[in-house]
Amino acid sequence: MIISVASGKGGTGKTTVATNMAVSLGAGVRLLDCDVEEPNAHLFVSPVIEQSETVFTAVPEIDKDKCTLCRKCSDICRFNVIAIAGKTILTFPELCHSCGGCIAVCPEEGAITEVGRELGLLEQGVFDAGDFVHGRMRIGEAMSPPLIKKVRERIKPDQINIIDAPPGTSCPVITAMKDTDFVLMVTEPTPFGLHDLKLAVEAVKLLGIPHGLVINRSDMGNDDVWQYARTENLPILMEIPFDRAIAEAYSRGRLMVESMPEWKGKFQELFRRIEKLSKAWENRN
Amino acid sequence: MKELVVLSGKGGTGKTSLTAAFASIAESSVLCDADVDAADLHLLMDPDVRERTDFMGGNIAKIVAEKCTMCGQCIDLCRFDAIRDDFVVDKIDCEGCGVCVDLCPEHAIDFPVVKCGEWYISDTRFGAMVHARLGIAEENSGKLVTLVRQEAKKMAEKKHMELIITDGPPGVGCPVIASVGGATALLVVTEPTVSGHHDMLRLLELAAHFKVPCMVCVNKFDLNVEQTTAIEMLAAEKGIPFVGKIPFDPAFVKSMVVGKTILEYRQEGELSSTIKKIWERIREHL
Ligand code: SF4
Ligand code: SF4
Ligand code: SF4
Ligand code: SF4
Repeated sequence: MIISVASGKGGTGKTTVATNMAVSLGAGVRLLDCDVEEPNAHLFVSPVIEQSETVFTAVPEIDKDKCTLCRKCSDICRFNVIAIAGKTILTFPELCHSCGGCIAVCPEEGAITEVGRELGLLEQGVFDAGDFVHGRMRIGEAMSPPLIKKVRERIKPDQINIIDAPPGTSCPVITAMKDTDFVLMVTEPTPFGLHDLKLAVEAVKLLGIPHGLVINRSDMGNDDVWQYARTENLPILMEIPFDRAIAEAYSRGRLMVESMPEWKGKFQELFRRIEKLSKAWENRN
Repeated sequence: MKELVVLSGKGGTGKTSLTAAFASIAESSVLCDADVDAADLHLLMDPDVRERTDFMGGNIAKIVAEKCTMCGQCIDLCRFDAIRDDFVVDKIDCEGCGVCVDLCPEHAIDFPVVKCGEWYISDTRFGAMVHARLGIAEENSGKLVTLVRQEAKKMAEKKHMELIITDGPPGVGCPVIASVGGATALLVVTEPTVSGHHDMLRLLELAAHFKVPCMVCVNKFDLNVEQTTAIEMLAAEKGIPFVGKIPFDPAFVKSMVVGKTILEYRQEGELSSTIKKIWERIREHL
């Protein structure tokens, strides 16, 4: 089972829901933080990191002695990575999408080899409820999807996998949510929250994944999100009212279920409802 | 001409609400929403759209079934696993690299350029605004960010405005990198939480990497006073101007609900004078 927790708008409580649900389940959970630009889950579940590796993406390196300046590589490259001016050939590896086109077309044996551009760090370890994996993108690196894919390679389908997805509705979050069994969307009942939720729902529908809603700080804002959920037939699986104590605990990196154990049962119930909805979806398809 | 780019690393710190508040008191400025992936500034600005232009982002491969001999070469070549076994390209997975297009022996693959979003030039009660909407599940957010910033600059030149206020995207990736290049300064709006602190540090590292000066302010500071102090001290250590702190106040949400900036909603009182003072300090550092 793979659940992704997403939100559209940032700061609605995605990480809070992902981490508290994971810890409430107690054991056998795999928590994967795919918000590789700003990974925060580790601050709340304090994993012991057991394994850390630097991950790379393939970019071309050109051997000027073997290159005949035929321009085939710069012609195929759609991302302006390779430039030929006069008798010099230059590469801008930070723009490379690692498509392999240049190496596929180069007629000179050994003129192009693939070397690595550092994407960031992939770390794995354990926390109270099971296994923990996250990616930390290198500062200055622009492309997060390749690192997100690396984090996702650590999914173990026979376990309960909870993915903390990045915000937004573009390629990073799509990469994190794709082919998961359920998308749990966390929103807040404000105009910003609702506006971005609508975009996120469109994205999830495009991917054809069953989904449900958690409304955080449910007493701050207006009723529009409930109305929207009704018209869209979007199940509301949990509501978390604003509570200064929750906000303060969060600010210290503490989990809700630690300072308010009564929430544990609610997060377990949330998981059961997700399980039910995703099974129902499976049976229907 | 100067450009202030407002960023936060972490989402939900109040970046957009503050950007709108500054826009409401800044004289002679153009507003730019560079958070193209989840643009919210228009919800407070109620823009009157004057010009609407399609954003043609990138190309996507499309196999013409009549010409395809099902040789399978494209599937082997595509590093993004975007071509299914039935020789149909998955639009979401296609990276637009064109490798299959160029190397298909039958020339059976089209490569149409696709619309990835729209961008707008609008009038608001606080002056001109340039903003955009990236299509769902689209790539190229960096390109669109660069485009709206360029258009905002053109607009400022045309209208002889001396300042551009840009609402930036969250994170530290492609759209953020596209937002910081060439900016006069960045304002980092953070919150006194472990996540806010952590994400701010990454953003400051990014700013240093691209050599763009920063300022820092803390929103909802009273949720954790020690953490606020830690952020203030960190800024002092790094020689980054700390321009102020704003208390947690439900008025921010209330003003959002009625579509107003916080300074329109609360014209008098401590909150509004705090925000105005922060704006003065920002102006001194620009
Ligand atoms: S791998 Fe692709 S993107 Fe990178 S340089 Fe080669 S052709 Fe260009
Ligand atoms: S394709 Fe190979 S030989 Fe031709 S310009 Fe590129 S590197 Fe040089
Ligand atoms: S390479 Fe061209 S001909 Fe071969 S399967 Fe792909 S589209 Fe069809
Ligand atoms: S354009 Fe590139 S990513 Fe798209 S299908 Fe062809 S090879 Fe794959």
